[in-house]
Parts: sequence; C-alpha cells; structure tokens
Amino acid sequence: MGSGGGGYEKDLNLEATELRLGLPGTTSSTAATDQEPEARHARNNKRSLVDRCEEEASKDASRALQKDHDSAPSSKAQIVGWPPIRSYRKNSLQATKTETETSLTGIYVKVSMDGAPYLRKIDLNVYKGYSDLLKALENMFKFTIGDYSEREGYKGSEFAPTYEDKDGDWMLVGDVPWEMFMTSCKRLRIMRGSEARGLGCAV
Amino acid sequence: MDPKKSRDSAESARAAQFPDEVLERVLSLLASHKDRSAVSLVSKTWYNAERWSRTRVFIGNCYSVTPEIVARRFPNIRSVTLKGKPRFSDFNLVPQNWGADIQSWLAVFAERYPSLEELRLKRMTVTDESLKFLALKFQNFRALSLMSCDGFSTNGLAAIAARCRNLTELDIQENGIDDNSGDWLSCFPENFVSLEVLNFASLSSDVDFDALERLVSRCNSLKVLRVNRTITLDQLQRLLVRAPRLTELGTGSFLQDLNAHQYSELERAFGGCKNLHTLSGLHDATALYLPVLYLACANLTFLNLNDTALQDEELAKVLVHCPRLQRLWVLDTVGDEGLEAVALNCPLLEELRVFPANPFDEEVNHGVSESGFLAVSYGCRRLRYVLYFCRQMTNAAVATIVQNCPDFTHFRLCIMNPGQPDYVTNEPMDEAFGAVVKTCTKLQRLAVSGLLTDLTFEYIGRYAKNLETLSVAFAGSSDWGMQCVLEGCPKLRKLEIRDCPFGNAALLSGLEKYESMRSLWMSACKVTMNGCEVLARERPRLNVEVMKDEESSDGQAYKVYVYRTVAGPRRDAPPFVFTL
Repeated sequence: MGSGGGGYEKDLNLEATELRLGLPGTTSSTAATDQEPEARHARNNKRSLVDRCEEEASKDASRALQKDHDSAPSSKAQIVGWPPIRSYRKNSLQATKTETETSLTGIYVKVSMDGAPYLRKIDLNVYKGYSDLLKALENMFKFTIGDYSEREGYKGSEFAPTYEDKDGDWMLVGDVPWEMFMTSCKRLRIMRGSEARGLGCAV
Repeated sequence: MDPKKSRDSAESARAAQFPDEVLERVLSLLASHKDRSAVSLVSKTWYNAERWSRTRVFIGNCYSVTPEIVARRFPNIRSVTLKGKPRFSDFNLVPQNWGADIQSWLAVFAERYPSLEELRLKRMTVTDESLKFLALKFQNFRALSLMSCDGFSTNGLAAIAARCRNLTELDIQENGIDDNSGDWLSCFPENFVSLEVLNFASLSSDVDFDALERLVSRCNSLKVLRVNRTITLDQLQRLLVRAPRLTELGTGSFLQDLNAHQYSELERAFGGCKNLHTLSGLHDATALYLPVLYLACANLTFLNLNDTALQDEELAKVLVHCPRLQRLWVLDTVGDEGLEAVALNCPLLEELRVFPANPFDEEVNHGVSESGFLAVSYGCRRLRYVLYFCRQMTNAAVATIVQNCPDFTHFRLCIMNPGQPDYVTNEPMDEAFGAVVKTCTKLQRLAVSGLLTDLTFEYIGRYAKNLETLSVAFAGSSDWGMQCVLEGCPKLRKLEIRDCPFGNAALLSGLEKYESMRSLWMSACKVTMNGCEVLARERPRLNVEVMKDEESSDGQAYKVYVYRTVAGPRRDAPPFVFTL
C-alpha cells in the first residue's frame, strides 16, 4: 500500500501534533517556505495599518503620508473620517455600487458559532455597519453580544464575534473601520466561553 | 393674543412718539436673525420690542446657551432651529454619546412654549422618548425636520404620525437611526390631511404602500414628497397621479421591468407634474428609464443625482431637457466628459456638487479631474457653490476656474489623497487657493486640500475678508499658518482643523478671536493640555473641551472643541469630555 516515508508519516498524523502558532482549529498556510516572507511582510503592513487606522494615531499617518506623497504606497492606510463623506452616504453608496455593478456577487462569508451544528452564510454588503451586522448575527444564532469597547472587547456576554482576515489571523470584530472590515473579512466565527474572553481582554 | 408686558416707564416717555406696539409690528417683519440681533442692540426699548416680537429662533450651537435663557428672553417662540454636534461628527470623529440631546430643551419648551410649532434639528441626539414627548406635549406642533440626527428609531416617528394632528412637515434626512419597520407611516390617522412635506428617503424599510397612497391622496397640500428606495416605479406612478402639484420629488428605485403600457403611464404621470422644480432619488436609474422624466424637467432647478451611478452619456441626455438647472449634484461616475455636458447644457448653473462613487478604493482610476471642473467653469459662469471630490488637481486649473467664475461664495475642494501636490508641477497647491481667495472676494466658505504650506494660510488671512467657515485637513507647515487665519479673517465664525502641525502657539494666537466665533475644532494637531488650560484660564467665557481616550498620551490634547457660551461648562458632558 503505502511506500516508504510518506505513508508512514501520514499514519503518525504528525500534523496534528505539530507545534505551530495560531488558534486551534485553524490551519496556517505554511505550505511553501517562499510564501512566508511575504506573509510576514504583509502581516507587518497590516499591523501598521491597524495601528494607523486607530483613530488616535492618524497624526503619524498624516506625517508619513505627507513624506511619502511622491511614492505611491501599495497599501494605503485608511484614515478615519477621510475622505469627508457622511456615514449615511457611505452606506447608500455601498448599496448603489452593489446593485449597479454586480447584482449577483455580494460579499458572502461563512459564519460559524461554537457549538452550533451547522454554519450559515451572510452577505456583508447587506449591512450598513457593525451594529447592523451584530444585530443580524444575534438574531440568526439567538444569542447576545456584549457591549463593545476598544479596551475590553465585548463585555457582558460569553460570546465574542471574530473574523479571519486576509492574512489568516483571527481578529475581533469592530476594531477597524467598517469598509476595511468588509474587504478583509474572509469568514466569521462567534467564539464562546473562555476562548472568547481571552481574545476580548488581551491588550 | 397680545402678550402682557411691563413698560419701562422712564423709556416710555421718550418713546411716546413711537409706541411699543408700532415698533413691535415693524420689527415683526424682520425675518433674518442677524438683522434681529443687530436691532436688539440699538436700545433697551428696541431690545424688548424685538424679543417680544420674535417667533423664530436659530441656535447654531446648542451648548452656547441654555433653554432657560432662551425662554426668558424670547417669550413667544413658535419655531426653533438647533444645531448640536461639531460638523466633523459626520465623519466619525466624535465618539458616540457625546451629547447634544434634545430632551433637556423639550422639557423647558413644554413649559414655556406649549404652542411650539416647528422644530428643526441638525446633528442632535433625539431619542424615541423625546419624539413621544414632543407628540404628546405640543398640541400645535406642525413641522419636524431632523438632519444628521441619531438616537431615535421608526417607533418615535410612529408617535409623531399618530398624535400630531396638525402636522405639515415630516422631514427625516440622512440620520443614523434604527429602521425597525415601515409601520410608522400607517400611523397617520385616516382623517389626517394637513401634510405638505414628507421626506422619508433615508429610511430603508418597506412601508405599507396602500397607506402611503391614501395619505398622498387626501393631503391636497402636499408639495414635497421624497420616498425611499423600496417604492417601485409603478408605485411611483400611482403616487404621481394623485399628487400632480408636487414641487419637489424624491423617487424610489428607478429600476424595474415595466411593460410598454406601464412605461407610457409613468411618462404621462411625470408629464402631469408641471410644477416640479426639485428632483432626487432615482436609485439605479439607467438610460432605459430616465426618459420618462423628461416631460417634468422643463422647470427643474435642482437635480440631485448622487444616488445614481450615471455615465457621461446618460447624464448628457438628461441635461438636454433641463435648461433651467441651477443646482446639480452628481456622482463622479459621470467623469470629465459628463461635466463637459454640464458645461454645454446648463448655463444657469449656480451650484455643482460632485461626490465620489468609490471614495475608499485606492485602485480606482476613474472619477473626475481638473479638466471636468475647468470645463464647467467655462460653460457655467454663474457658478457660486462648488463641492468637488477629485483625485488630481493643478494650480493652473484652479486659477483659470476662478478667473472664469469670480463669484464663488462656497469653494470646497477635496483632493482625496491627503497631502497630494499639483500632479503636473509637483508643487504644493498654495497658489490654487491663493487664486481663490484673491479673486473670489465674496467667498464665505472654503475647504482646502492637497499639499499645502503656510503660504496658503497667509493668502487666506490676507485676502479672504468675507470668509466665515474654513475647513482644513492634512495641511500647513507651522503655527504661523493658523495664526495668519485667526489674525486676518475678520468674519471667521467656524474653523475646523484636523491632522495639521498647529500647536499651542497657534491655538493661543486666537485669544482675541474665539469669542467672536461660533466654534473651533482641532483634532490630531500638536496642541497640548497645557495650551488648552491656558486658553481656558484666559477666556472664561469659552468652553474649552478636550476629548480624551486611552490612546492619546498624557500631555496631548487630541481632540479640542472650543466655543463661546453663556451657559457655562456643560452639565451633561460624558466621561471622555473634559471641560478645562
């Protein structure tokens, strides 16, 4: 049947016992070693993006942007409140765009909830913002999410809404601007219990 | 209904030739609140006559005065206009629960102005309880206008619809509210006929169409109707035939499969609207259905297309039918070619607003540039108000634009990439705004963008002598810039600044100025708590508020909001707002 090492390693199921970073239940894409430097680079970019996106640090971003105005950075920081478009208009623009460009493709992501027997799928385009989305999730899975604060995550319930972003990291829903979330969210997971509290309370 | 008043006996002798009643009658003809303010400063008699005769009050900053003070001075108010949060709250720069709650005002009004008829609110927090309170306590209530407000839901609207028997106006614009269902519309009683203005375009739920149709049928004075997106074209047709006297119409969705009969019925319905001067909505409109409008466009003065992603040809075809157009709002999907069509077809245009369809998408290459704006300036010489979102601009273009159109009163240019220079010469955009302020002597409102040094602000301080509102972002080189503006613009009332290198010296250079202004906003600048404390100490009649959060380091004053007030420090400030 198996010949030599390959089959033998599979039987031992070394993958399951392999030490790796990342939350249990996720598989990091470390298939090819040449992907790693890029992934790391992208992660650094993203971390600095998250830093820059935090409301209070846009000062640094503005200085950085002013210095860099000659070069065209590939991934720009999305600055809070810029361009100065009213949030209401943002939402109606989103709806306009979806319907006129592609009525078929929405931004469909899977939603899993710890303990639920099957997953659901939702279209992120349908929601105007985080409160809209969270309300819908609460309805869908019949649970309550706590109150969001930057400092403590979702306080007041044993659930925390998280999402997997483009880099494969699991992020707490609500930290980044809504538009950025929509483009970077690959799937949602409603965490439950001690895992959820750990994510919410970590600095 | 003569109010009781006590006469100042010493003065009445002097004023015997000019009895108070006559003075009051004359002053009651004054509409502008600026005129009334001026009049009230003439003498004590005039102050009194003015205050007894005033029926409408405008309060540009709800924290500049208390409702008690207002009620004490003006006993006969029927209409109140209130503005709350700083304008940058529109762009999520002000945290939730900041304040500007209407309830404390309503409580005083219920006692002092039980006959209140109109309430117009902008950027205020309004809860459902407040709306229910309003509906309950004010029997004569007629007009409610809520723009950019938050805190309420459609439940509150239901209370208004159900109880306000004399309602003439319900105008709900661009609010962040909870739309629980469209049932509120069905709460208008069947014998309710007084509605003249109904705007629910920004709500998303379905309403009971039959209820809406009956409402429109029986309200013969209905002049303004703006429906939401859930209203379809065939439903629109049914509404139009029942309201041919509409002057302002906001349609719902403009995308539907109509058969030939339905199409011609719709066209005929639009043809019946001879009085239409304002048109908006038109969601998802395409070349296929826009022609049904043409018969109604002859007298159109305001066309709002910012919910429709039109291309240049589609826009051109519409504009041919709108020769009298004075105000046009479009999305930048029309491109420079679309703006050339504007230049060709709209010689009477006074106001143009071009909004970005994809403001957050960096990879997008379309939109409008300097050439579209230039084209419009050649064709529309009467232009006085522009709001223009673009991805590139040059100094030369702006200079030519203002040469063609020197009558600008409002010039709001937003180059969407912060700190971007003239894309041809790579120089700062200083000369562009220099040209604007030098040429447009009537300029009242200016918003600047692009790469700007202190030179821009030197120009503004030196030339913009009628400037009242200035918005600045990602601009300037040093404190000197802001100082130039504060020292140079005599009519400055509102200054809002974000992400600029202005610090305490700049802030304090306005010590002599802030009491003559409505407000100053500075966020992500270099101001520190010390600077703010000095300002607060030197000027006790200003409220110097600093918004703090965990991220800002101790000495930094991250968001500063300074405004003149006779009300003292806010009593309802949330924990993250510190009044110094």
